Amino acid sequence: MKKYSIFSLIRNAVEFHQNWEQVWRSPDPKPAYDVIIIGGGGHGLATAHYLAKVHGITNVAVIEKNWLGGGNTGRNTTIIRSNYLWDESAAIYEKSLRLYEGLSQDLNYNIMLSQRGVMNLAHNLHDVRELQRRIYANRLNGIDSEFLSPAQIAEMVPIINTNADARFPILGASLQRRGGVARHDAIAWGFARSADNYGVDIIQQCEVTGILRDGGKVSGVETTRGTIKAPKVAIVTAGHCSVVADMAGIRLPVNSVPLQAMVTEPVKPILNCVVMSNAVHVYVSQSDKGELVLGAGIDGYNGYAQRGSLHVVEHQLASLCELFPLFSRLRIMRQWGGIVDTCPDASPIVSKTPVDGLYINCGWGTGGFKATPGSGWVFAHTIAKDEPHTLNAPFNLDRFSTGALIDEHGAAAVAH
Amino acid sequence: MLMIPCPWCGDREEAEFRNGGEAHIERPKNPDALSDEQWADYLFMSSNTKGVYLERWVHDHGCRRWFNVARNTATNVILSAYKIGQKPTKEERQ
Repeated sequence: MKKYSIFSLIRNAVEFHQNWEQVWRSPDPKPAYDVIIIGGGGHGLATAHYLAKVHGITNVAVIEKNWLGGGNTGRNTTIIRSNYLWDESAAIYEKSLRLYEGLSQDLNYNIMLSQRGVMNLAHNLHDVRELQRRIYANRLNGIDSEFLSPAQIAEMVPIINTNADARFPILGASLQRRGGVARHDAIAWGFARSADNYGVDIIQQCEVTGILRDGGKVSGVETTRGTIKAPKVAIVTAGHCSVVADMAGIRLPVNSVPLQAMVTEPVKPILNCVVMSNAVHVYVSQSDKGELVLGAGIDGYNGYAQRGSLHVVEHQLASLCELFPLFSRLRIMRQWGGIVDTCPDASPIVSKTPVDGLYINCGWGTGGFKATPGSGWVFAHTIAKDEPHTLNAPFNLDRFSTGALIDEHGAAAVAH
Repeated sequence: MLMIPCPWCGDREEAEFRNGGEAHIERPKNPDALSDEQWADYLFMSSNTKGVYLERWVHDHGCRRWFNVARNTATNVILSAYKIGQKPTKEERQ
């Protein structure tokens, strides 16, 4: 792999960008691997990267039915933060944020991490109390978090409507300064390039149609490009996790629902941090291209169609205009939907399964992007050691029968 | 937006309804006899079908009645709506 640097950029510019090397190979599947990862999104590719880098396991295939990062990795609103209430969540998301902070260097790929701050607004007394509780919980967990008064909010984001006579007055906000955004495609491509460099085979346009088992043990997968054997198989298929787990007879506590997002036409820099509001349900940031990127809640029904209903979009835009009256003059440029895998406790599952050698990483719901490197890191550990890391041990599949749920509904700084 | 055929009111827009999740999940007759795994299966596990999915809706801005819908979750095509207590036909169960 040729290193990316200012010098390689100059050299290639002189050569009119004709000689950039291919970023990853597109090999045919081998008959057998040590580990098969089903799903070539951010989480799957991160898992492959850390399997190779941390655990030295490189005889690995990542199987993707479509193209890399074409699912939720390419459809999210790219927000990164770790200000979760509960200790278990705080630990795993903070691990992820720490990995993000060094990821451009680790991958030699610019992920365009911008730690511009994530602001969560409070609109009533209860919001303020919950927010302060979360701020203190975050600080106890070593996560930066601070309270902003309406005057401080107005100073930081003057365009926000902080008038006391607003329909939903703003009484305060939490701010995580280390939070921010990153380039989502770059996460998938950077992890793919690195994993490929370690010798991982990335196989696109190949759909898994069955999971082979020998007794209670996994032995490989059936795909549209033939049978591939492996003693360890890892499912990282987000919206389609129930479909793939069903191939091994495993039922999951997951519902797949549409989540919609959109971008406006590009404008000059106007919003310098991420603003989220639970009560007036919307979250928004401005991309480096100048578009406002916004999203809100999930649609109200199960669906695999990667599209949602228009009244959900209307609600999102009404919320945006409530908070930022001047945005009412912007036009929406693109709107899309993804399928998010939601769990009853709004926390993920990164776990072994009842089938030996079969691992599952799913249930990240509406907040998986921020967890990408951390999720891959703990999942690689789980696969390599055949036991969970302390960080993901609480996020096991058994918690639904033991009752040790990690209830992040409403506690996670954003409504689900 | 889905156009949902309420068995009492006819075709109405989705915004008038609320989804009630998977249909035909029966509360166990004797919960005390269940193991933790069986109880978790009843309480949390879902079939999350890709394809024809049987679900409940309530027409809460209309007649306020509950009913069942057979909908293809991959295409959002609604095959039929039928009343609570009725069983889906074989075609709907596909």
